[in-house]
Amino acid sequence: MHELSLVASMFAILEEQARAHGATRVTAVVLKVGVMSGAVPDLLESAFEAYRKGTLAEGARLEIVVVPVKLRCPDCGGSTVREDTDFSCSACGSRRVEIVEGRDLVVDKIELETDGA
Amino acid sequence: MTVKTLTVVHDLLATNKQAAAAIRGELRGRGILAVNLLSSPGSGKTTLLEALADRFRGRFRLAVIEGDIETERDAERIRAKGVPAWQITTGGACHLEARMIGKVLAGIPADIDFLFIENVGNLVCPASYDLGEQVRLVLLSSPEGDDKPAKYPQAFLSADALVLTKADLLPYLPFDPARASAEARAIKPALRVFTVSALRGEGLDELAAWLVDALERLRSGHA
Repeated sequence: MHELSLVASMFAILEEQARAHGATRVTAVVLKVGVMSGAVPDLLESAFEAYRKGTLAEGARLEIVVVPVKLRCPDCGGSTVREDTDFSCSACGSRRVEIVEGRDLVVDKIELETDGA
Repeated sequence: MTVKTLTVVHDLLATNKQAAAAIRGELRGRGILAVNLLSSPGSGKTTLLEALADRFRGRFRLAVIEGDIETERDAERIRAKGVPAWQITTGGACHLEARMIGKVLAGIPADIDFLFIENVGNLVCPASYDLGEQVRLVLLSSPEGDDKPAKYPQAFLSADALVLTKADLLPYLPFDPARASAEARAIKPALRVFTVSALRGEGLDELAAWLVDALERLRSGHA
């Protein structure tokens, strides 16, 4: 369970962005979680709940977008979207596939509130 | 009051990746091959390192970083082999991160050949953290069962070689090394597989030769 340390990294990003934009509150965060990122959405949500108290994201809404695994095949040029662990090209069966999406864990969007106009 | 939405696109592991890249650059400059060992608890990482220390004695210099949640036990076992060892106790964290390695790095002798990093025993979380290593080994011991690659794909996908350990127990267990390596290669076709008994020495020559080859490639600039 390393989701708490991932959420700690997320709050470092939120605080840095809030400071850079003169924001007083973070109201929403959109997190893209790759199926193969090694992080579990439910555990990220629990860690987020536990971590946000007393921070400038205390009232923030967390939206998690799960990104499936996308494979690209260098042999036939095909793309495959995978939910399981069969890492082969669905078009030609090649196992030389490259994982092009689904491994990353990315803060995609942040909604900030600033005082004044 | 104004509300604005920013598109940020900031990788949560970016800080770790940057620290890992710095470590990799530094070790490459010093001609040191760093090897990260991943496995479940009790699969024989420390015993394998003890056996490699014996095998490399007089030929190569080693240093070891040990990651554990508590205790200095593994580092003491390695030091008993005459190899300098640093224990990182994570105090509960389930994996090592590059910054933890970075803090230890300055104290590591400049004239070593191999830096082995024994990660916290866990087949899940350590797979997500680059420690700046050149080579990642995943260990799977015969008592654990040959079905683990498909159950923990990321650890096997992220590794360069699979070491099937405790081969001396194979006569007593339903573990099929061919099935374990086939499952692992279904996830990563290029994965090298070594079947090893650290206690009896079987397979150690092949693994040691592969590591020496990786060291030579690093030093000749081909890795």
